[in-house]
Amino acid sequence: MAAVIETKGLTKTFNGRIHAVQDLSISIEEGEIYGFLGPNGAGKTTTIKMLATLLDPTSGSAKVNGYDVVKQPSKVRESIGIVFQEPSSDELLTGYENLKLSALMYDLPASEIEGRIDASLELVELAERRNDLVKTYSGGMRRRLEIARGLLHRPKILFLDEPTLGLDPRGRETMWKYVERLSEEQKMTILLTTHYMEEADSLADRICIIDRGKSVAIDTPAKLKRKVGGDLVTIVADSPRIAEIRKLKSVKKIEQKDGKFLITMDNAAAHLQDLLKKVGKVDSVEVRRPTLDDVFIRYTGRGLEQAEGGWFEKMVQNSANKD
Amino acid sequence: MSLKGIYAIWWREMTVFMRETPRVVSAIASPVIWLFIFGAGLGASVNIQGLDYQKFIFAGVLTQTFLFTSIFYGAYLVWDKRIDLLKSILVSPLSRATIFFGKVLGGVTISLVESLIVLFFGIFIGIQYTPISFLMTVAVVIIASAIFTSIGLTVGSMMESPEGFQLLTTFLLFPLFFLSGALFPLDNLPGWLSTVTSINPVTYVVDMLRGTLVGTYHFDPSHNLLLLGAFLVITSAIGVEAFKRMKS
Repeated sequence: MAAVIETKGLTKTFNGRIHAVQDLSISIEEGEIYGFLGPNGAGKTTTIKMLATLLDPTSGSAKVNGYDVVKQPSKVRESIGIVFQEPSSDELLTGYENLKLSALMYDLPASEIEGRIDASLELVELAERRNDLVKTYSGGMRRRLEIARGLLHRPKILFLDEPTLGLDPRGRETMWKYVERLSEEQKMTILLTTHYMEEADSLADRICIIDRGKSVAIDTPAKLKRKVGGDLVTIVADSPRIAEIRKLKSVKKIEQKDGKFLITMDNAAAHLQDLLKKVGKVDSVEVRRPTLDDVFIRYTGRGLEQAEGGWFEKMVQNSANKD
Repeated sequence: MSLKGIYAIWWREMTVFMRETPRVVSAIASPVIWLFIFGAGLGASVNIQGLDYQKFIFAGVLTQTFLFTSIFYGAYLVWDKRIDLLKSILVSPLSRATIFFGKVLGGVTISLVESLIVLFFGIFIGIQYTPISFLMTVAVVIIASAIFTSIGLTVGSMMESPEGFQLLTTFLLFPLFFLSGALFPLDNLPGWLSTVTSINPVTYVVDMLRGTLVGTYHFDPSHNLLLLGAFLVITSAIGVEAFKRMKS
C-alpha cells in the first residue's frame, strides 16, 4: 500500500533549545488509523501542526498526500481535514453556518454545498441543532461539529488532535464510533493523537509511541503489547522463593517494587497454578493482560500518567501553544 | 487570491457582526453623541473658517466614527485567535492575501454602514449634499476605512491578547485622531505639530472629507487623493505581509 504521509527526520526546535520533535521518521499508509500515543507535551500536536502546514519544521521533511508541507502548503491543505484539540468553530455562528463558511473556504461546487452540509450534520447527529448557535452546544456536540466540518470537503486524510479530550465517557464512546465509521465507510486515512491509552488501543491500526519528541516504538497495538513479554502477575507475599520461580519456563521477568513482586509470564491463565505453588503463602495476587501503559513504561521507564506534567512536557506545550 | 474566498470571509464577518448587538449599538450611538453634545456645546460660541463649529467638526466626527471602527475591527482579529477560529481558517486552502482582503472588505462594509448613519444626521446640522458630493464622500470613506482596517489588522496579527486594546487606543487611535485637524484647523500650527499632522494619514482623510462635505480644503484635493491612494497601497501591502507571517 502507498504511504500518504511520510516524514523523514522531521524536527522542530523552539527557541533553539526546546526539542519538541526530534528526528521523526514515519510512514502512514492509505486507509489506516494511525495513532500518536504519548503524554501531553510529547510533541504530538507539534507534529500535527507541521503536517497541517501551521508550523514550519526546523529540519527534516514531510510529505502529505504526496505534497511537501513546506513547498506546497496549499495542496497539502486541500488534502487534509483537521479537528483541533481546542474546538475552533465560531460560537456566534450556527452549526449550519459554520459548515457553510467551511464549504465556501474550500470552494465546494455551489450545487453540492447544501447536500453535503445536510449529510455531514446527519452523520454526526447534529441535524436537529443545525440552526442553533454553537455557543449553546455541549463539548461533545462541538467536537462532533468539528468532525463534520473536517469532513465536508472530503479530504483524503483526517487529523484528529486529542479528539476526546474533555469529553465524558459517553461522549468519548460516541466519538470512537464515528472515527471507526469514517475509517470503514469512507476509507479515510486518519491520524489521531491521544494521551489515552484505551483510545489508541481500541481505534488505531498502528501506534507510534512518542516520548519527549522522539518516536520510541511503532507497531500494531497487539504487537506492542506482546513486546511487554507476556501477562503481568502482581503478587504480595512474605517470602516467595524467587530462585525457584525463576526456574519456571513460563516466567520471563521478576521485579520487586514497593513490597510487591511484578512477574512477567507467558499465558498466565495456564501457568498461574505452577507459579503460585512456588510462591508459597500468598497475601494477594493480581493477573492482567499488558496494556499500552505497560508498553510505554517498558520503552520510557515511566508510566503515561507519571510523564504528564513533567518539566519538559510543560515547556513543549507552552512553546507549541504560542506558535 | 480567490474572490469566493474573500466572499466567504466577508460573509462570516457580517453574520457575526449582526449578532453582536453591543457592537452595533455603540457603533451608531457614539458618533451621534459626539456630534450633538460636543459639537453643539462648543459650537455655540466657536466659528472656524466661516463655519459654525458643528459643521467644521462634522468631517472629524465622521472620520472618528470609521477610524475607531476600522482599527478596532482589525484588532478584533485577536479574538479569532482566542477562540481558535483563526487556526481553522489558516489551514484552509485560502491564501493569506485572500483572508486579509476578506477581512478588509468586512471592516469597510461595517465602517460604511456606520458612516451612512452619521451622514444622515449631517442633514440636521445643515450639511447640504449633492449627488456628486455624496458619492465623493462615500468613496473617500471606503478608501480611508480600507487603510485603517489594514492598519488594525496588521496590529491584530501581532497581538496575542485583547488586553492590548487599551494600548492601541492610547498610542495609536488618540494620536492619529487628535493630531489630524479633525477638531482644529491646520493653519498656524507650531512647527512640530505641523510635521506630525503632515505624516498622519488621518489628516488627509479629514481634509478631503471636509472638502467634499462643506467645501473647504486645506490641501489640494488631488494631493489628498494621491496620498490616500499611496497609503492604501502601503498599508495593504504591509497587512498582507503581516498575515503571511502570522501564526495561529
